[in-house]
Amino acid sequence: MKYSIYILILLLSHVTMVSGQKYFTKTGHVSFYSDTPLEKIEAQNKSSNCVLDLATGKLEFAVLIKGFQFEKALMQEHFNENYLESNKFPKATFKGQIDNYTKIDVTKNGKSTVKVSGDLTLHGVTKKLNTDAVVEIKAGKIDADATFNILVADYNISIPSLVKDQIAKSVKVKVDATLEVLK
Amino acid sequence: MRNVSFFTLLFTLFFSFSYGQNDDLLSLLGDDETTDYTNASFKTNRVINLHSLESTAGGVLDFKIGHRFGTLNGGFYELFGLDNANIRIGFDYGLSDVITIGVGRGSFEKTYDGFIKYKFLRQSTGKRKMPFTAALLLTSAVQTLKWANPERENYFSSRMYYTSQLIIGRKFSESFSLQLSPTMVHRNLIKTNAEKNDVYALGAAGRIKLSKRLALNAEYIYLLPDQVADNITNSLSIGFDIETGGHVFQLHFTNSTSMIEKGFITETTNSWDNGGIHFGFNVSRVFTVKRKKLE
Repeated sequence: MKYSIYILILLLSHVTMVSGQKYFTKTGHVSFYSDTPLEKIEAQNKSSNCVLDLATGKLEFAVLIKGFQFEKALMQEHFNENYLESNKFPKATFKGQIDNYTKIDVTKNGKSTVKVSGDLTLHGVTKKLNTDAVVEIKAGKIDADATFNILVADYNISIPSLVKDQIAKSVKVKVDATLEVLK
Repeated sequence: MRNVSFFTLLFTLFFSFSYGQNDDLLSLLGDDETTDYTNASFKTNRVINLHSLESTAGGVLDFKIGHRFGTLNGGFYELFGLDNANIRIGFDYGLSDVITIGVGRGSFEKTYDGFIKYKFLRQSTGKRKMPFTAALLLTSAVQTLKWANPERENYFSSRMYYTSQLIIGRKFSESFSLQLSPTMVHRNLIKTNAEKNDVYALGAAGRIKLSKRLALNAEYIYLLPDQVADNITNSLSIGFDIETGGHVFQLHFTNSTSMIEKGFITETTNSWDNGGIHFGFNVSRVFTVKRKKLE
């Protein structure tokens, strides 16, 4: 009898651990847009990883640079080879948190706007990033959208003068991820 | 028994506690292994004269202009070769990321040429590991000079040349790539019985990247002995690739006049020894004909 109580507690401890309110995705969409009068550049990555810990508000993102798809193959090659140097810096990561994470109630469907802050590491350079994100709860899943701008020069990405009019100095980044419970 | 259970419980609780404290959230997802294909082993799909292991990307048209001036040993009278020029204009198109087709016309012996290239192995790391890239190149060429002896019976087939080439190469590091190109050139008509219709050769080519947009290339083609006329030499070329956005400029020195396989492999008569060197360039401009779809 006593033995079975131990087993029960043991199991319970695992249950609470598992339902530690962590949410994840491996198919988050990250896209960016560089818009100049001469050239519109768009690239998309559909396999970014994200984990959100609702107990603490901690949020982490990782994107493989080589996973970005461009319309033009040559752009994709130059992006990897010359600008982001994906062999040297294969991943871009974001480590931060949702400041007002207590606003998120997964038990109720609905939309809310939250503040996200943290460190974005790109091309080996880490910079602070603050942005608003829209969080929508749908049937126990968290759909998160965010749009922010980053300055190319901030991340030590050098653009040769020959193409400086084709590449925007400020690049718009869009993130769209649907997170499920991490089991 | 009770003690054992108690410790198990304590251990489990401790473990779940430390688990909950894990700093790196992403590590919870585990490591997803993806296949990482090597790209940009060479700047373009030619090293200098030889085809490189690169293909033209799917839906991309590559317009190429090749130019070879006369030889440097022409001296000041010929302005070191600048008075003469051979030109080839060509179009390469990527049917897919691994199949490229191309056509061209060269002024050397007024030759039309066409090729198909199939990259059947791609160098990769990660989930699928492949140490090298391999491609098969098939070309044909039609020489359209006026018949040397119009009074005798001439056949169109006598104008035809075919090349089969295997390209095996590896990008050893960001800055160094090397490839080998075992080749067979078939010539339907040959001048003398001493020559062979089928000529076997081994090409080797390498690239050293000097900066992001500048690379040093070299290629050498070794002809196996006793296949061609005595005045034919092995082709050696050295040059630079300069990349500027949509263009690649290749500037080089070579002892070959022709820019297609049957020519630079089996018909090179000039030699580096006596200054029989052509200055030349290839200009490559790519146009995206079919854009990849993004949703």
